[in-house]
Amino acid sequence: MRKKFLFFNLLIFSLIFSLEIKVLDTPNDAGNSLTILITKPMDVDYYQIYRKEEGKDFILIGKLTREERCFIDDKVVRNKTYSYQVIGIKDTLKFSSNIGYGIPKAQFFNTARINVLVGIIVFSFLILYFIKKARKGEKLFIRRISGLDAVEEAVGRATEMGKPILFVPGIGSVADIATIAALNILGEVAKKAAQYDTTLLVPNRDVLVYTVAYEVVKEAYSNVGRPDAFKEGNIFYITDSQFAYTAAVDGIMVREKPATNFFLGTFYAESLILAETGAATGAIQIAGTDMVPQLPFFIVACDYTLIGEELYAASAYLSREPLLLGSLKGQDYGKLIILFILLISSLLLLLSNFPTFSIFSKIIEFFNVS
Amino acid sequence: MNISLDIWTWISALLTLFIFSFLYGDNPFYKFAEHIFVGVSVGYTIAITWHNFLYPDLIIPLFKQGNLINLIPAFLGILYFSVFFKNLSWMIRIPIGFVLGYGSGVAIPAIFQANIIRQIQGSLLTPKLLERTDLLIASIISLFGIVCTIIYFFFSREQKGVSKIMAKCGIIFLMIGFGASFGFTVMARVSLLLGRLQFLLRDWLGLIR
Repeated sequence: MRKKFLFFNLLIFSLIFSLEIKVLDTPNDAGNSLTILITKPMDVDYYQIYRKEEGKDFILIGKLTREERCFIDDKVVRNKTYSYQVIGIKDTLKFSSNIGYGIPKAQFFNTARINVLVGIIVFSFLILYFIKKARKGEKLFIRRISGLDAVEEAVGRATEMGKPILFVPGIGSVADIATIAALNILGEVAKKAAQYDTTLLVPNRDVLVYTVAYEVVKEAYSNVGRPDAFKEGNIFYITDSQFAYTAAVDGIMVREKPATNFFLGTFYAESLILAETGAATGAIQIAGTDMVPQLPFFIVACDYTLIGEELYAASAYLSREPLLLGSLKGQDYGKLIILFILLISSLLLLLSNFPTFSIFSKIIEFFNVS
Repeated sequence: MNISLDIWTWISALLTLFIFSFLYGDNPFYKFAEHIFVGVSVGYTIAITWHNFLYPDLIIPLFKQGNLINLIPAFLGILYFSVFFKNLSWMIRIPIGFVLGYGSGVAIPAIFQANIIRQIQGSLLTPKLLERTDLLIASIISLFGIVCTIIYFFFSREQKGVSKIMAKCGIIFLMIGFGASFGFTVMARVSLLLGRLQFLLRDWLGLIR
């Protein structure tokens, strides 16, 4: 009689305070997770999450605290059906939820990244528009960068001293924008070196960069009518290993004692080693990279440093290549848009503190990405 | 003192000292270590390329598992060697174009998201900042720094008047940032040196535990 009474009480308790869950396919993923939501929680100590695959038993896959309501199961296989049940635990009592079903599916488009898409479309449009303008022959103004004046000065210095110029195109691949910019500048440096009959040494770490650098220098020598002065052996490959390459370039600097060192392109931890060795040999040094952590080393150890985008600008300025000019111009206008967005959004967000303008608080959501 | 009797530890320690001797100046020991370093690294790269890429990703799938689809990347890879033949050297553009296209497609959205969208989001002045004056002032200074730095990197106009002053402020902000980065990286480099010194004093000479 007592047992029956207890069972009856528990049944009523369960019905009144029943635990309910909902299983959802996690949005914007590759079909590799399901979201289990506790839609009707209970006053329990914690929750246990159970999962069941077809033809198998329920297994415990995780726990949630009494405050948590959402569990993401990322150990699922796409397009398979899974069943879930949550058990609320309070002291020795257990409360079962309903059984929820879910099938993880892949989404073709991640709607959380629409802002990224919009941004890329706007930037691409600007860049393409200015490239088209540059190709039509329209004059696109780019201000002169102070570091560029030093290029001629540096080549002249090497000529006067009768010493070589060392051009290090970084350790990046040919796909790196900084390497491409460096190779454009190399072409201009090579032209000046050819005109002044100064030796130009170009040690390379990447095979493809070596191939391109070789062609760039050779073409530069031909363009200024000095193909005879081009020496094949001066553009050479050393090794793929970062620090072995650095050791070899250091060796070149102390043995050949170049009057001018150019460090332009992508650099990592070797930047300070190279720039310090070059400074110790007394060479005039011009550096430029878009690797922000390496810039401080170049700034302290080199005479001129092209900071980040200045490297691209220098490359565009020297080569007057429509593709580079247009890209730089497009990026400039992109920066203006960013500036505008930053200032206007900040102002509107601050205004949203007043009830009349509370609608503006939603602006921040546009910048949410996942 | 418990000097190591392991021949490889000795070789490693001596080569470390040879490289350190560069601090004194160029010398035959440094030259010796440098040439070994370059030679070994080239050989190592070849071995790594074979064991980590060519053999598991091409040879096994193609010849042992019969995955003929792998002929496509193999062909693209072979095109890199076309550079050695004058008449065919243009073909190198195909794999380079493939790498650039694929690389840009993967990198641009990720970079845009991390370097632009998230940076904008983090730089905005939000109403929450009004609750704490110190945070609000810091955020306003940060936003001012961002505006000035962007103006410094604006190349389409000559820097004159207000834009010149703002660009100058921008370069000050940049230098402050570089200073912090410099200090941080120097600390990391010192820890690398400590690691090497530990090797010499502990593993080689056995002077420390």
